[in-house]
Amino acid sequence: MALILEHIDIRVDDIAFLDDVSLTFKRGGLYTVLGRTLAGKTTLLRAIAGLQQPQKGTLTLNGKDYLHLPVWKRRVAMVYQQFINYPHLTVLANVAFPLRRAGVPAEEAKRRAMEVLDMVGLADFETRRPSALSGGQQQRVALARALVKRAEILLLDEPLVNLDYKLREQLREEFQNIFEGQDDAIVVYTTTEPAEAIQLGHELIIMDKGAVIQKGKPLAVFNAPATIRCAKIINDPPINIFDGAIENGAIQLQGSVLLPIPPHLAHLPQGTYCFGLRTSDLSLGGVIGSKVELSEISGSQTILHLSADIGAFILFEDGVSQHAIGSTVQVNLDSDRIYAFSPRGDLIAAPAITEN
Amino acid sequence: MAKIELSDIAHTYEPDSDEPTYALKSLNLVWKDGGTYALLGPSGCGKTTMLNIVSGLIHPSQGKILFDGVDFTHFPTAKRNIAQVFQFPVIYTLMSVEENLAFPLVCRHMPQPERTRRVHEVAQLLNLTDKLKRPARKLAADEKQLISLGRGLVRNDVSALLLDEPLTVIDPQLKFEIRRKLKRINELYGLTMIYVTHDQNEAMTFADTIIVMSDGELIQSGTPQELYNRPETTYVGYFIGSPAMNFIECVPADDRLQTAGGSIPIPSNVSIPAGVGNLKIGIRPRNVKFAESKDAMAIKGQVNMVQEFGNCRVVTVRIQEEIIRMKLNPGTAIPSGEVSLDLPEDKVCIYANDVLIHQDR
Repeated sequence: MALILEHIDIRVDDIAFLDDVSLTFKRGGLYTVLGRTLAGKTTLLRAIAGLQQPQKGTLTLNGKDYLHLPVWKRRVAMVYQQFINYPHLTVLANVAFPLRRAGVPAEEAKRRAMEVLDMVGLADFETRRPSALSGGQQQRVALARALVKRAEILLLDEPLVNLDYKLREQLREEFQNIFEGQDDAIVVYTTTEPAEAIQLGHELIIMDKGAVIQKGKPLAVFNAPATIRCAKIINDPPINIFDGAIENGAIQLQGSVLLPIPPHLAHLPQGTYCFGLRTSDLSLGGVIGSKVELSEISGSQTILHLSADIGAFILFEDGVSQHAIGSTVQVNLDSDRIYAFSPRGDLIAAPAITEN
Repeated sequence: MAKIELSDIAHTYEPDSDEPTYALKSLNLVWKDGGTYALLGPSGCGKTTMLNIVSGLIHPSQGKILFDGVDFTHFPTAKRNIAQVFQFPVIYTLMSVEENLAFPLVCRHMPQPERTRRVHEVAQLLNLTDKLKRPARKLAADEKQLISLGRGLVRNDVSALLLDEPLTVIDPQLKFEIRRKLKRINELYGLTMIYVTHDQNEAMTFADTIIVMSDGELIQSGTPQELYNRPETTYVGYFIGSPAMNFIECVPADDRLQTAGGSIPIPSNVSIPAGVGNLKIGIRPRNVKFAESKDAMAIKGQVNMVQEFGNCRVVTVRIQEEIIRMKLNPGTAIPSGEVSLDLPEDKVCIYANDVLIHQDR
């Protein structure tokens, strides 16, 4: 079973929401769609659900036309950013609702709803109303209602975005377990967070300005982003890009900073390049004097915004530390981890993957 | 500029009740002149109550508040020389940016040209100079919030700046700039700044000292590093850091701490009080490693789940009923079957009844 989109275009007022999108989704597959806001992620889900009609292109499920199938005939379930539940119904009734509407007898509907509530960790909350639940629990109810239908296609549109970071952390972990069990469905999950997309997806799709700009196994995409744009989207904080050149046997960055050419870039001809270096591949204790513009703490990491002769860049330090604005730190660039992009932004060479 | 002391402060919103619930339970705090502080906790923890006591919007049911040693407890807000920035920008919609900024000075009868000089100085600091003549209502949310901030800064008599979740309505990309400006203001003017938030990242980024609150109580006051490395309670260990600190139940047995899956030596500088129950070993996911050598006594478990995040992998190890998370570098090899864990002694915190047992020094 496969859902196939071919050359789908959706335009509103001459703005491309989906721009020539072709994708294949297979049964049992878990697809994460990664992109910034306005990348076209929600529009993609709406097109699959039949809530938005493309101006161009075809959509088929198992070889049959799906584009013209009315919404109510599609076996699709969707979970939204906002927690959408029936406020007047109990948790159990909320989850059983789609089954009752489909004519499933009360007893069976209840049994199946309880099964799913157990799966999302809400077995003890069946008699409560949604308003008596926390945000995370409400979103689990919405997820349970989507799962209980055993839909062919399960669409999740940034379901964790409105939760605080502790809950996101917890639900991400639970989702990984829950989705593993969905072998009969196509699951499509959108997010703006690279970590979430890589962790949950079997296949990852990067979208930008309505177009699919890269797809593949999450780690393969992470390790070899096709363009600078892809590299920026799949890294948070975005990958650092330094303009420079390979000349006279060295990598030359702005401000006359020289780096040795690592083995994976040894075959490159002289010329100008854009060099990419992940924020976690810079470290303190080097020789490049850099001024601290701001130091932020995120979870268990410190994000240093720095400026130096080589340009403005970000350094991601594990652990929590404090640095005063305006103070100077010495930075080391790990040349073994450098990506080389063409001045146009296409990937030319990536560092070897270390799996030890 | 002021040192602020809260002495035995407590507050209840139901003073007439026989058994009043305290929104803020008795606490003592000293805020240094020119320091940056964050009040951090979930909604309902008492942090806004505390802020309102400082600004004088609430008179505490008990205790005293001192500014530079002077009892201000019953002084009205207007006499406290405090500026406050709220969640949502507060601007005079019919005035220009310049008139907004000048308003507090006009009210205090500050003469010209001093007034204009101050307004321009603050406008320059906040990058509002080229917008001074524009109607304030026409500005974007982040610039409106800067006006609110600027109105607090133009006064030369302000001793403390209180910020109540000031970045709530600001776009993520613009938060960066405002954070920088706040830091800069602190350095330039030496204002004591108190920042209320439920967002640990915001608090850790802004403040030199973080006051973690829960259920009306002060749980810990310390630097971001102290909160991260030595959480005073298991709650702080859970709330600060991602993933949260691991906690493993244990009992003392001779010179070791016995868990369901093995034991570790009692850290040499920790003494476990006799007869104490509910002991837990706390350790950050980053500090748990796979043991190199097979130590018969080491804590052992089964790899339960691997979460791949690209720039790190989080491995969940099950030890009987308990879960330990490890945060590893990308590409770190993960053994299959039973694994032995290495919990470095200097990274381990021991908790009795969820409170840290302090190390002997």
